[in-house]
Amino acid sequence: MSDASGAGHSALGLTSGEQGGPDEDVDLVQLLTPEGLRVDHPTYAFTGDDLDIRGFYRDMVLTRRIDAEATALQRQGELGIWASCLGQEAAQVGSGRALANQDVVFPTYREHGVAWCLGVEPLSLLGLFRGVDMGSWDPATTRLQLYTIVIGAQTLHAVGYAMGLERDGLVGTGDDTRDAAVIGYLGDGATSQGDVSEAMVFASSYNAPIVFLCQNNQWAISEPIERQSRIPLYQRARGFGFPGVRVDGNDVLAVHAVTTEALERAHSGNGPTFIEAYTYRMGAHTTSDDPTKYRLADELEHWRLKDPIERVRAYLSRTGSADAGFFNEVDAEATELARDLRAGCLALPEPSLLDQFDHVYVDKTPDLAEQQATYAEYLDPFEAAPEPAEAQR
Amino acid sequence: MTPLTMAKALNAGLRRALEADPKVVLAGEDIGKLGGVFRVTEGLQKDFGEHRVIDSPLAESGIVGTAVGMALRGYRPVCEIQFDGFVYPAFDQIVSQVAKFHYRSQGKLRVPLVIRIPFGGGIGAVEHHSESPEAYFAHTPGLKVVACSNPADAYWMIQQAVASDDPVIFFEPKRRYHEKGEVDESAAPPPLHSSRVLREGRDLTLVAYGPMVRTCLDSAAAAAEEGRELEVIDLRTLSPLDLGPVITSVQKTGHLVTVQEAPLTLGLGAEIAARVSEQCFFSLEAPVLRVAGFDMPYPPSRMEDEYLPDLDRVLDMVDRSLAY
Repeated sequence: MSDASGAGHSALGLTSGEQGGPDEDVDLVQLLTPEGLRVDHPTYAFTGDDLDIRGFYRDMVLTRRIDAEATALQRQGELGIWASCLGQEAAQVGSGRALANQDVVFPTYREHGVAWCLGVEPLSLLGLFRGVDMGSWDPATTRLQLYTIVIGAQTLHAVGYAMGLERDGLVGTGDDTRDAAVIGYLGDGATSQGDVSEAMVFASSYNAPIVFLCQNNQWAISEPIERQSRIPLYQRARGFGFPGVRVDGNDVLAVHAVTTEALERAHSGNGPTFIEAYTYRMGAHTTSDDPTKYRLADELEHWRLKDPIERVRAYLSRTGSADAGFFNEVDAEATELARDLRAGCLALPEPSLLDQFDHVYVDKTPDLAEQQATYAEYLDPFEAAPEPAEAQR
Repeated sequence: MTPLTMAKALNAGLRRALEADPKVVLAGEDIGKLGGVFRVTEGLQKDFGEHRVIDSPLAESGIVGTAVGMALRGYRPVCEIQFDGFVYPAFDQIVSQVAKFHYRSQGKLRVPLVIRIPFGGGIGAVEHHSESPEAYFAHTPGLKVVACSNPADAYWMIQQAVASDDPVIFFEPKRRYHEKGEVDESAAPPPLHSSRVLREGRDLTLVAYGPMVRTCLDSAAAAAEEGRELEVIDLRTLSPLDLGPVITSVQKTGHLVTVQEAPLTLGLGAEIAARVSEQCFFSLEAPVLRVAGFDMPYPPSRMEDEYLPDLDRVLDMVDRSLAY
């Protein structure tokens, strides 16, 4: 981990020739190469075993399947829109699986893999995109807060929640089952938002137990990372006074190792960490987007070779830690999951506007109650009226 | 009964709230050692510690956004926005986040926070220190909005706002911070979201809130010398509105004048006029008239006495209403 003193980098972290572009040249924590070879890193090591890696493989394959099914549902008109996480499975599963049971997550709207790791029912992710609700899972029991659409806004909530954990005496007790932290997810585009800067200021100032997990997927809709930053994003942390580290976001082992260490720092009272998970958005920003208008197919090919799932499969096959039976089993599970997801989506009940009045306030105002009653009265004759076909008979 | 300034009454109310519930925390710029630029939080950090009375970095969105996170963790944050004109950097957090959490979670999440905003002009300040942004917030479903006008209300209303499970935007008329009033700490307060008749009269109804309540009471006193009896109603709650007393009053007087410092167009007066027109159509003897700030940015302070509604402008509008 590059610490706040910036050891190992020039003062601004600019690459030679003053390119300064937030490119791939700067060092990247990697523990599993795209070819599926385990490599050592001087600071980080993956502490799990091959059984854990088989679990990560399963998580990533199922996440990808959920994502693909949701994309298909959108294409068939069953979802209004979908924000795909294709290509970011390692960044999400590696970090999601590093969470302790008491840690809490504040996501953007693309953290489907994290949601999977936290046991959130995949169907409940679809409501927002189908337009029937704004997230129906329970943040209290799943530890996944609701998706946040306004870019970066959730990072402040994450820091505030972390400040609350600290006030609750749940930081630095030395008890692994007690010490808690927060992961605030964000993307590369969000780093330009004022809220994210403010979140990093507050986190640093109060030494909050938080990990900022930035999935740098290189694109904010059509704007490349170069439009957001002239230095590698992880180096920004130094300016706020806490460590930043760039990890190969397509390497689930490295993401897990780096996130585990960052969470340990937070748990033990050593404050925030910024993780830049260097990855790639293989799909469109959302199903409404057309990336062929702004990026080259070559770039996609370049990243396809770094696929987060293929490298784990190569590793498991080569080492004999998994055989064809295992891979087939996971594929069959994915097929079943997708089938259930589709059936569940089609069966989601239609929401009722009349019920929406009930959720605006904890204590409903008299004005709103009156509007609700008036609207119910207005609806009454329509509901009582016979169907036109019946009326004709 | 003790005579207190509004600033001291708010301080006492916040102290009671901090004592009553260990989950109550205060956050804002300069509210700790300094006690806030208006000294509303004076001495509270000393008595309750830095963990409960938090000096924040200078970032309003950060103050409100982190308060949301603390509220989700079970705290009851009371944020101080230093001046009305500084609330806008927090606008997204207030309107898109604070206001919507309960709704978008279908009631699973609550963010019971209070955002205190000293508002209005009349203190000779530079720009951005004298604004009346209440209509933005009253227009936002999910928020509740109140404005106190006197020390007794300030003392009780701040405690009621802290106890509210819904987020409350709490407007404090900064030019009245140092006016004294009796505060009975043992009296049972009226509900937070209720308006009150402060002076009875049969000829015309004046409705105001915050700093303009005093102006209306003074106007009514002056009118009485000319033999006109004006009824004065303090709205206290801007969202939800409590227009019951206003409707009853207008049914009696037939005349209504609303008074606000905020610019005229689409302000609170407009909503009141619409509702009173609907509910008192056959009682009204004149259209509802509004006294308000002009539709211009708040002017440099040497012109603010001209800009702000005062006794003369209120009484002029009263004359126009009664001339119908």
